[in-house]
Amino acid sequence: MSTKKEKKSFGSELIYNNPVFGLYLGICSALAITTSINNAIGMGVAVIVVLTMSNIVISLIAPITPDEIHIPVYIVIIASLVTIVGMLMQAFTPQLYSALGAFIDLIVVNCIILGRAEAYAQSHNVAESAKDGLMMGLSYTLSILAMSFIRELLGKGTISFTNPLTNTEVFNLQIIPEKFVIPLFTTQTGAFITFAVLAAFVTWFKYTNDEKAEKIKAEALQKEKEAQHA
Amino acid sequence: MNLFTIFISAMLINNIILSKFLGICPFMGVSTKLSSAIGMGIAVIFVIFGASIFSWLLYYYVLEPLGLTYMRLICFILLIASFVQFTEMFIKKTSPSLYKSLGIYLPLITTNCAVLYVALDNITQGYNFVETMVNSVGVPAGFMLMLVIFATIRERLDGADVPRPFQGNPIAFIVAAIMAIAFSAFAGLV
Repeated sequence: MSTKKEKKSFGSELIYNNPVFGLYLGICSALAITTSINNAIGMGVAVIVVLTMSNIVISLIAPITPDEIHIPVYIVIIASLVTIVGMLMQAFTPQLYSALGAFIDLIVVNCIILGRAEAYAQSHNVAESAKDGLMMGLSYTLSILAMSFIRELLGKGTISFTNPLTNTEVFNLQIIPEKFVIPLFTTQTGAFITFAVLAAFVTWFKYTNDEKAEKIKAEALQKEKEAQHA
Repeated sequence: MNLFTIFISAMLINNIILSKFLGICPFMGVSTKLSSAIGMGIAVIFVIFGASIFSWLLYYYVLEPLGLTYMRLICFILLIASFVQFTEMFIKKTSPSLYKSLGIYLPLITTNCAVLYVALDNITQGYNFVETMVNSVGVPAGFMLMLVIFATIRERLDGADVPRPFQGNPIAFIVAAIMAIAFSAFAGLV
């Protein structure tokens, strides 16, 4: 089982164990801040930093934490890390900080972070936990990036990126002429629809892949039987 | 701002689920049955109201005089977690029947981002104590309203013929999208 999983490419692993569309974790921020690619990248980087750091710290202190109070301890660690990241963003990327609003603070209650602490970091060593945090953060970032890409492209017709440190535009391409954009996609409704379609796509991908795997298995079984008969 | 405006805006116009996208996890989780939706709704109203008031008092009477406002995130989350724990213990002691119906929803509420959001929002909006109380009832009331409407729709969805990849959560998000259109009509109300 495990060898089979290891063989899977990063791409299909990303779809299979996708925290956002597959496990429905961290949906709130994924829906709220994906109106532009800029916001998605900012949020993604913040989550990667917090998740990796929290995984490292929690894997270090897990052996000495009494079991009854482990959740409050983890929450305080995560809240401190989020406060640090929030202060850094306020100082160096003020525009991005105000665009993301309360959602930086709300990383504390992002289920992905506490979920990984519970499911992985507390029972693995530092290096493994750091790697897990990085990978999970990355797949969260890619998920919200995909959503923001669709929403910005259909809603505003542009693909743009602004350097948050200097606040200068890196590129801004108008792909769909302004006459043909669908502003609905920048609203809440667009967020829900984009999310539903992407989640359905992930489910569909799982179904078809599983069916394919079953078919191959069944064929192999058939051949074995035939060989035995012969 | 007038108190009624705050209440209506918190409950309908800036509905916590449809326009702020908060509390989606419990929203998707417990909105499959009407009875559990009502139970969760009542529990959330109680916890948000209590937690917000204590956070407000903590912020203005402890953190601000001491110049520790940057600690608010850590303090609020601890306060919320302990308030939920305390509520659970209190209900268990005083009313076992209520505990039986609400008990399973209480631990879930700690992870509800709406609770932390309301506590933080009362501070950033600069509400006074009465406004905080009104806002902390309005927001969870909007949450409960959505939960109840949604549960009734999903009970009917069970019998519908939905394409296979859309079954379960994806179709629920489509329903939420349509409800967001309906709720956007409230935008011009105030």
